[in-house]
Amino acid sequence: MNAAALLRRYCAASLRAQMQYPVNAMLLATGQFWATVVDIAAIWALFHRFGAVDGWRFGDVAMFFGLVSISFSIADFFTRGFDVLGTEFIKTGAFDRILLRPRTATLQLIGHDFRLSRAGRFLQGVAVTAIATSSLHFQWDAASLALATWTIAGGVALFFGLMVFQGALAFWTTESLEAMNLLTYGGVQAAQFPLSIYERWFRSFLIFVVPIGCVAYFPVLAILGKPDPLGAPDWLLPLTPLAGFAFLGVSFIAWRAGVSKYTSTGS
Amino acid sequence: MELARPYTAAFASRFLLMLQYRAAAFAGFLTQCWWGGIKVMVYAAFFRGATVTAPITLSQVITYTWLAQAFLALAPWGCDPDVALAVRNGSVGYDRLRPVDNYGLWYARAAGWMTSRAIPRAALMFLFAGVALPLAGLADWSWAPPPSVAQALLFAVSLPFVVTLSSAMVMLLNIAVVAILNDRGVNSLLSPLVIVFSGNLIPLTIFPDWMHVALFVQPFAGLVDIPFRIYTGNLTGGAAWAGIALQALWTIVIVALGRAWMARVMRRLAMQGG
Repeated sequence: MNAAALLRRYCAASLRAQMQYPVNAMLLATGQFWATVVDIAAIWALFHRFGAVDGWRFGDVAMFFGLVSISFSIADFFTRGFDVLGTEFIKTGAFDRILLRPRTATLQLIGHDFRLSRAGRFLQGVAVTAIATSSLHFQWDAASLALATWTIAGGVALFFGLMVFQGALAFWTTESLEAMNLLTYGGVQAAQFPLSIYERWFRSFLIFVVPIGCVAYFPVLAILGKPDPLGAPDWLLPLTPLAGFAFLGVSFIAWRAGVSKYTSTGS
Repeated sequence: MELARPYTAAFASRFLLMLQYRAAAFAGFLTQCWWGGIKVMVYAAFFRGATVTAPITLSQVITYTWLAQAFLALAPWGCDPDVALAVRNGSVGYDRLRPVDNYGLWYARAAGWMTSRAIPRAALMFLFAGVALPLAGLADWSWAPPPSVAQALLFAVSLPFVVTLSSAMVMLLNIAVVAILNDRGVNSLLSPLVIVFSGNLIPLTIFPDWMHVALFVQPFAGLVDIPFRIYTGNLTGGAAWAGIALQALWTIVIVALGRAWMARVMRRLAMQGG
């Protein structure tokens, strides 16, 4: 069986398992949806109270927020296995079994658990993008749609990379590191506002260390057809999502190092 | 005094137990610094460009933000995990057999659980935002002391009511878990409401003016908005006392609701486990 067919089977099995408890699955998805709706309520209230901030309108911020939510929800859907690697696989020794099977660990961890509740965040991202579109009277055309897809792809790669990196760290820490949530959930939080309103050191962190700005701020500027107030040249803006793929590559190098260092903890 | 002993013992044992989880407290602290820092930068940007006067000043909103982060654990984020476990494995039956008031016992445990989680985090957050930030030259972004002795005293009255009110809400969640035998769904539905309506996300005064009265009198305001606006001097005099009265009133209402509901649920309790 090839990898794609195997993943499909993994996915069907996870979804079937969750649908055994339909009420619970629905409640979780609804909870996820509401949890992210409240974020947009705060942004709306702030703009309603203060008007524009440094020339940014509510619609601009909603566009950043919507696209980054979509990216994160897709990556999150595929990476549950890396998220719980420390707690469920390394600490228990179950990672031995993964290494014994005739498929890569990456494939098996992607297939570990597809959570339906992530649909809540995804739908919210789509809804917020729609709100942004109507608030800005934005006309989507083929070029901007292609750019949005490319932005989301870069975002998925980046968040995927963060999860793989968290998994790689678990080879050293044994536990899953909750502090990594800072970079994933906290990164989504930071990326929903334009980078230009942050202090310089924090901005640099979000561009050069964990390049969340490159999969949200810069490409969305290109989609909206705005020049960068920080002075990045226009031709560079649509290329920045590449940084997400670069980050993913680096994460897999760390992952290899982690796997080769693995010694079983099980009994 | 003798009558209160089982409840104070339940509070104290839970309090001491939770203080053991120092690593979790530290991870929580880091997250709260990050969140608080982002919020402070966002508020600073909005206030910098503001053409209208806001009903709260930037320094008040910054202190408010750090306070909300410091006392995050005092909000009713979910049911007591011990109760959820007891429901799953059937040991809820032991609690029913104890010769004490079941509601009171769980209430005392919930209160001990949240205060013990809040105190070390609040202390760390104060060291960071109240001491380290001013020393680093970021006094504008720091946790400032209350503007007057009167506000400090009002805050000292209001803060304990956060615990009484929040514990009463946790009890509602506990009872819901007993009723439907599952905790995850219940927890994930209430927390978005708590985030918005407590003022955890943004101070409730930032919402449009026509919403203010409704936002002030609803029960969640007593968890964050009322006590911390009192601390910062944004809520003074009669309005502050009205806020404290609302905290007390909602505590009484929700405890009464919880007791009545618990009595009903426990009459047809199905115990799990074996």
